[in-house]
Amino acid sequence: MTPDSAKQLQKLGYDCAIESGAGAAAGFSDAAYEAAGVEVIKTPAALWKASDIVAKVRQPDATELKRLTKGKTLISFFNPAGNEEGMELAKSKGANVIAMEMVPRISRAQKMDALSSMANIAGYRAVIEAGNNFGRFFTGQITAAGKVPPAKVLVVGAGVAGLAAIGTSTSLGAVTYAFDVRPEVAEQVESMGAEFVYLDFEEEQQDGAATGGYASVSSPEFREAQLAKFRELAPEMDIVITTALIPNRDAPKLWLADMIAAMKPGSVIVDLAAERGGNAEGTVADEKVVTENGVTIIGYTDFPSRMAAQSSSLYATNIRHMMADLTPEKDGQVNHDMEDDVIRGATVAFEGEITFPPPPPKVQAIAAKPKETVPELTPEEKRAQEIEAFKAQTKSQVSMLVGGGALLLLVGLFAPASFMQHFIVFALSCFVGFQVIWGVAHSLHTPLMAVTNAISSIIILGALMQIGSGSFLVILLAALSVFMAGINIFGGFLVTRRMLAMFQKS
Amino acid sequence: MIGFTTAAYVVAAVLFILSLGGLSNQESAKRAVWYGIAGMGLAVFATLIGPGSGLWLLSLILIAGGGIIGTYVAKKVQMTEMPQLVAAMHSLVGLAAVFVGFIAHFEIGNVAAAASTDDLGSFAKLIAKKSPAEIAFLRVELFLGIFIGAITFTGSVIAFGKLAGKVTSAATKLPGGHMLNAGAAGLSFLCLIWYFNTGGFLPLMLMTLAALFIGYHLIMGIGGADMPVVVSMLNSYSGWAAAAIGFSLGNDLLIVVGALVGSSGAILSYIMCKAMNRSFVSVILGGFGGTTGPAMEVEGEQIAIDADGVSTALDEADSVIIIPGYGMAVAQAQQNVAELTRRLRAKGKDVRFAIHPVAGRLPGHMNVLLAEAKVPYDIVLEMDEINEDFPETDVAIVIGSNDIVNPAAQEDPNSPIAGMPVLECWKAKQVFVSKRGQGTGYSGIENPLFFKDNTRMFYGDAKASLDTLLTMIS
Repeated sequence: MTPDSAKQLQKLGYDCAIESGAGAAAGFSDAAYEAAGVEVIKTPAALWKASDIVAKVRQPDATELKRLTKGKTLISFFNPAGNEEGMELAKSKGANVIAMEMVPRISRAQKMDALSSMANIAGYRAVIEAGNNFGRFFTGQITAAGKVPPAKVLVVGAGVAGLAAIGTSTSLGAVTYAFDVRPEVAEQVESMGAEFVYLDFEEEQQDGAATGGYASVSSPEFREAQLAKFRELAPEMDIVITTALIPNRDAPKLWLADMIAAMKPGSVIVDLAAERGGNAEGTVADEKVVTENGVTIIGYTDFPSRMAAQSSSLYATNIRHMMADLTPEKDGQVNHDMEDDVIRGATVAFEGEITFPPPPPKVQAIAAKPKETVPELTPEEKRAQEIEAFKAQTKSQVSMLVGGGALLLLVGLFAPASFMQHFIVFALSCFVGFQVIWGVAHSLHTPLMAVTNAISSIIILGALMQIGSGSFLVILLAALSVFMAGINIFGGFLVTRRMLAMFQKS
Repeated sequence: MIGFTTAAYVVAAVLFILSLGGLSNQESAKRAVWYGIAGMGLAVFATLIGPGSGLWLLSLILIAGGGIIGTYVAKKVQMTEMPQLVAAMHSLVGLAAVFVGFIAHFEIGNVAAAASTDDLGSFAKLIAKKSPAEIAFLRVELFLGIFIGAITFTGSVIAFGKLAGKVTSAATKLPGGHMLNAGAAGLSFLCLIWYFNTGGFLPLMLMTLAALFIGYHLIMGIGGADMPVVVSMLNSYSGWAAAAIGFSLGNDLLIVVGALVGSSGAILSYIMCKAMNRSFVSVILGGFGGTTGPAMEVEGEQIAIDADGVSTALDEADSVIIIPGYGMAVAQAQQNVAELTRRLRAKGKDVRFAIHPVAGRLPGHMNVLLAEAKVPYDIVLEMDEINEDFPETDVAIVIGSNDIVNPAAQEDPNSPIAGMPVLECWKAKQVFVSKRGQGTGYSGIENPLFFKDNTRMFYGDAKASLDTLLTMIS
């Protein structure tokens, strides 16, 4: 909770309290909280006792969970998949527990997705840490003292953290490459200014959208292709940032010892997966190690804490949004709506029941259901299809020609010869018209109509040819026709010209 | 002299073809219109000095008089009024075709009555040489010319009225519906047989009245949303009328040009129908086809947003796609849209336009409006070119369009517009809909887009809303 978010929470009808000194590391003093109307309580025990809803960051330990009572709500990171005892304890106490990492990944819940907030910070900080340990510029420069090549950065895993790292790294001026097992993120990577590293791999790559936007385990062949690519890239890279995580599993080993050995001295590896064992071989969690060939491997796991002010404000906002969803009436009363996808998904213990794992959300996550991919056709099948299409086309063309020809012949049988001459002209013109008009640009359809309008007043010829004949009625009608066609000719052409003159290239 | 006239016709025909072909891109189009003008000038000149024409002075005066009116109208018309103008001009062609057809009929009569061929016009002389069989055939041709011309005339007048808002744009039919049209068509066919045998004026007149009625009733029965098809269809008809008259007069240039215009209109109608996923027949028969089941329930609510919110979102966005519709034309908001585009582009944002083929009331209507407001045409893209880019777009702004961005077309098989290709703007990260109020569009179909999570409604007159928005974006 920050003083700002406390004010927002008060608007929802809550009274706020905080442990003394809790904001110190992030630069928020007790006085600032008091100014925002927050009660500052000396000890954690008293705080847990006084509050109905407790929001914290780290997974609560057993002592803390024992302080829960029936009706209290705990909002925190909880690691429910690896924290059976914690859930049992919460269940026995009858408290409600909302695990922030369980917030489903749907658009509505993005505002409370603390994992993304933290990953964003971690990605940013990873680049900064790398820069701190990297002895050269990120950006390429040509100075009086010589040319400096830009640093080359490889980001493995383009999740939220990876994308944040890409953004930071490109904005510092490094040449950034990124890899991910989900090919569909290539566009996102490219939009951040990095180059996506494609594998020469034939097998159908997995579709991450099917797993809710997370990566899943890849096949051994795929892994081999991936490692081969990394091996090829390793000597060139100055900084490698690995962020590859698979939910509920150890981090995959992607940056092996031989790749580290191939890197230039002074290169830096930042392993954001260190907590789960690390993506790089030789990563030590929470430590910075330097290998024999001078490559620094950073395995810190506390990147968000290293940017306490930023992470506090983001997390506080996430919590505030969660609270806002829990109190739709804004009356300070928690309405724990288990029908709501987001709240249901994040709740791991509710009124004496363990509610983990949650049912799949009713609303489809991130990407709508993946389009049925048309199976890749073999060359033979393609050929067969082409032949088929060609045959069908020939068939329809021939039948049209035969039909049209027969009709023409039929007309020819009855019609006089003079008519047939004109008819040939007519048929050919139709043909030319069809060929020409298909080429007209869509954006020029209005000018096309105006110009065809103008030239269809060619009917004026018919009137002009007959205006000279004797009868008064004929002259009158012809004169009227000439007059109307005259309007059309001038109006049509001029308006077309006016329109066309407006079309400009940027 | 006949040789010269024919040669001039050949040149004119080539020029006309070049003039249409040149419309394949914006730059060559500017040249192409000159080909058209040259072709028309040559054709008129050749006819004037050619055989058969008389009353030179009168013709020239009349052309000049028409020209003055035409010039005046062309200079004065607003780009948003283009659909009305096109429809009005179609009606003139239709009426001229009817008159020319009548003249031809009278000439046939004159030939029969005249004692010697000396005091006849050139056309009459031509007729005088014809065998009875040829004359009979000629009657069929001019009958058809008048028939199509008359339908074009009243149809265009009604279309003009609907587009100009002088006639209700709703589909209205007299009791009896299509049976009346069928009856009138049947009557016309009987008249054709009658006229073929007797050559009298009465069947011709009866048929003309029937055709006038068909034109009126047919277009009255078509709703405002289908106007792009109607206008291109009438365009096509005016061409076929000219071609039919060309047959009866034995004038090849008329036939060539009529066929060109006719096929052009036919292709445009086809493109428009395809864009709405409807068959030509169902458009002509009017109204939307009956739905096969209850429409999908729309859940959620429409969330409004003010100009402040829109400007913040635009400030943060990198890529913006604007989807204009008829509402933009109605509100005359194209200048504001263009100004918004300029300012956003000046900030280095990627701004593009997505144009649905049937946006507006005329094929290509939106392109013309945007061009008028000096939006560069290379950022104005067709549906097929841009539809795949929506998922990577930060903000999509829908200005005065409704059905063409309706997700029900894809999601709800019971929707009246199911299967119609639409702009998938809801795939953008955020969608703003500038709309007058909460009502449904002129087609009366509920639009689930307005209820989506990432959609915000920017209520108000498009022009006024954009004015406020522009004050916040510098």
